[in-house]
Amino acid sequence: MTDQGPKSTTQKKQFSRRDTLKTVAAGGLAAAALPLAGRFNQAHSAEPIRIGFQAHRTGIGAAYGRWYERTTMAAAQLINDGGGINGRPVEIVTEDDGTDPKRGAEVVEKFAIQHKTDIVFGTLFSHVVIGSAPRAGELKIPYFVVSEGHHVASGKLNRYVLQPGITDVKSQVSSMAPWVSGNLGKKVTMIFPDFAFGHDHRDYFSAAMAAQGGEVIEKIAIPPTETNFFKYFPRIPKETEVLYHVMVGPGVLTFVKEMGQFFGGDRPEIFGFIDSLEAVDLASPGLEALEGTYFWEAFPRYAQNDGSNPHDAFYREKVGVDANGASLNDPKDISTYSHMFGCWETLHIIKQGMEAAGYQGPDDRAKLIEAVESFTEFPESQAHPQGMKTFNGKTHQAFGIQNISKVNEGKLGVVHRTSIEDSLYEPEVDYTQMPL
Amino acid sequence: MDYGTFFLIASMEGAVQAAVLALTALGLSLVFGVMRVVNVAHGEFYMLGAVIAYWVSSQISGSPLLGFMAALILSPLLVGVLAAVADRLILKRLNYDPEATIVATIGLLYILQQAALTLHGPVPTAVAAPFDFYVRFPGFGYSGYKLFVIVACIALMLGTWFLLAKTRIGLVMRATQYDRETAQAFGIPVDRVYAGVFALGAALAAIAAVLIVPTQQAYYLMGGDPLLLSFIVVIIGGLGSLRGTVVAAILIGMSDGIISTLFEPTLAKMIATALVALVLVFRPTGLFGTVAR
Repeated sequence: MTDQGPKSTTQKKQFSRRDTLKTVAAGGLAAAALPLAGRFNQAHSAEPIRIGFQAHRTGIGAAYGRWYERTTMAAAQLINDGGGINGRPVEIVTEDDGTDPKRGAEVVEKFAIQHKTDIVFGTLFSHVVIGSAPRAGELKIPYFVVSEGHHVASGKLNRYVLQPGITDVKSQVSSMAPWVSGNLGKKVTMIFPDFAFGHDHRDYFSAAMAAQGGEVIEKIAIPPTETNFFKYFPRIPKETEVLYHVMVGPGVLTFVKEMGQFFGGDRPEIFGFIDSLEAVDLASPGLEALEGTYFWEAFPRYAQNDGSNPHDAFYREKVGVDANGASLNDPKDISTYSHMFGCWETLHIIKQGMEAAGYQGPDDRAKLIEAVESFTEFPESQAHPQGMKTFNGKTHQAFGIQNISKVNEGKLGVVHRTSIEDSLYEPEVDYTQMPL
Repeated sequence: MDYGTFFLIASMEGAVQAAVLALTALGLSLVFGVMRVVNVAHGEFYMLGAVIAYWVSSQISGSPLLGFMAALILSPLLVGVLAAVADRLILKRLNYDPEATIVATIGLLYILQQAALTLHGPVPTAVAAPFDFYVRFPGFGYSGYKLFVIVACIALMLGTWFLLAKTRIGLVMRATQYDRETAQAFGIPVDRVYAGVFALGAALAAIAAVLIVPTQQAYYLMGGDPLLLSFIVVIIGGLGSLRGTVVAAILIGMSDGIISTLFEPTLAKMIATALVALVLVFRPTGLFGTVAR
């Protein structure tokens, strides 16, 4: 890092792509050593803070991308209305990654070099995160993901990747397994998408179930681009007590429909992750078969009105979602309510981190990482409407409350809430030991 | 689940797949047979068929049956017109040169796909089935609509066969396929035949998509799989041989359905691709193909 320092001067006009690359790669600490750099930043202190938003506008993540974008814009608006970050306005620069890992890495590079954003933020799909994270690490640009994958806390990524605004699959499924084995059954068949995110479910839920004395008797992996699901259902063993499903991609509606069709009235207990139903109207024809089944939800789609989420109404209004989780403009446009709050909360954490670090510009990127690593808790508030979270600075991962909801008369109602403690596990990495 | 039920589901899934695939591949095969054009954009005509079906059925309120019937007529018609225009504007100007048309249809693929992305959006949309009817088998339920799809595809294929074998239009097409120059010398308007064949090929893909979309969703990236499978079918069956196309579609569709259900979908694709390689090595003209003229 420092060996490249003297070569790079942020003052010089950059003529070639290579120079630019070097400059950015030299990173915050090295540049901070240059006295001129500080003056440059001060001179531009009224400039907006530029946040690169890596969005799944197209490809298999488009339904999530649309709502991630709406939520991000609403959060940025709120932050700007409240005076911005360190007195500077926030500007969201959006780039579509096509939900494609290769494009994801290019988009990170584009943010760092072409758009010169301060940080990169907002990626959901785990394969895109895993594809993009190494580039973010090389470019030393903070990369705040909103992905749920266990890849951050597993230690697979690097110090520049953080997930402070949404919980990870491992903690979610560890907190679900005791309830599933205690209330629904011990013999589980799992249906999951065949990529990193689905593999997290497969591995950690199986382990958590085994710890409860349960057993996963069949694991059915489905490619996330699949459009026809019926052919997978005959593989569900007869002795299955609980069918565990989590599906993503363009075919989720077909998936839940065909699952209902397959079982008719004679079904095992069904426990799904709301991912199988995100952006899907529960009132769609053919989904009647989901009545009486259970779903994990991070943030209940249907407003619960039981005082459990005091900031829910405020948040719903700001992101433009009604009490049924649909867009205020179009009741058929269903949100991805259990995921998109992560963008809202992460942006507020970025604000908190930048303010704690006295963030002035790209030279302070390392300081921002250290500031966020020092956080331990995010109390429930308008900035954290889903609920209180704890944060582990070593694993770069947040932990929070999870919900189990039951479909009752075509709506989801919460039947069980976990505590944060239910979802904790032993840290697997200490990112703070890695160099910045 | 006992083996018999397992096999029954596998066969029904295979039959649906085979029926839709036969119809889609028939369009590709027809275009190649008559025009010697390898239409790489064929899958996008399929996708357009589904997307237009969504638009048509969402415009018509009331019973889903009405919307479906309207889509069944309008969607292939619009896609056919679009294909005829593409033929006139692009393929004709390239003199149907085999290499140039491949490149041109690749371009067309991207134009159609991006147009659908821009106009229809990136999110898959559901199309209501014309009727909701489930057949209860012991141990599982099956969509009656899917069984209807099989019957409809067979009827449409018989109709296409009748058109090609028994009507004057078919005669003209076959004459053009047999020998373009002689056909022209006998006063057959070869240009119009070409536009018509290209339109018919695209319309067959579109109609297959209209039939299958109520069991899936209309999505701008849905053209990839049918294109690949159609190519597999057409290569195995013999380029330009309609009989070969139907036989290969049944072979590939059924084996895909059965292997996907009993084992893994990826294995089914691997076997189909391996079959293509074997056919190309040992019988390059395909099962029913004749040497190109």
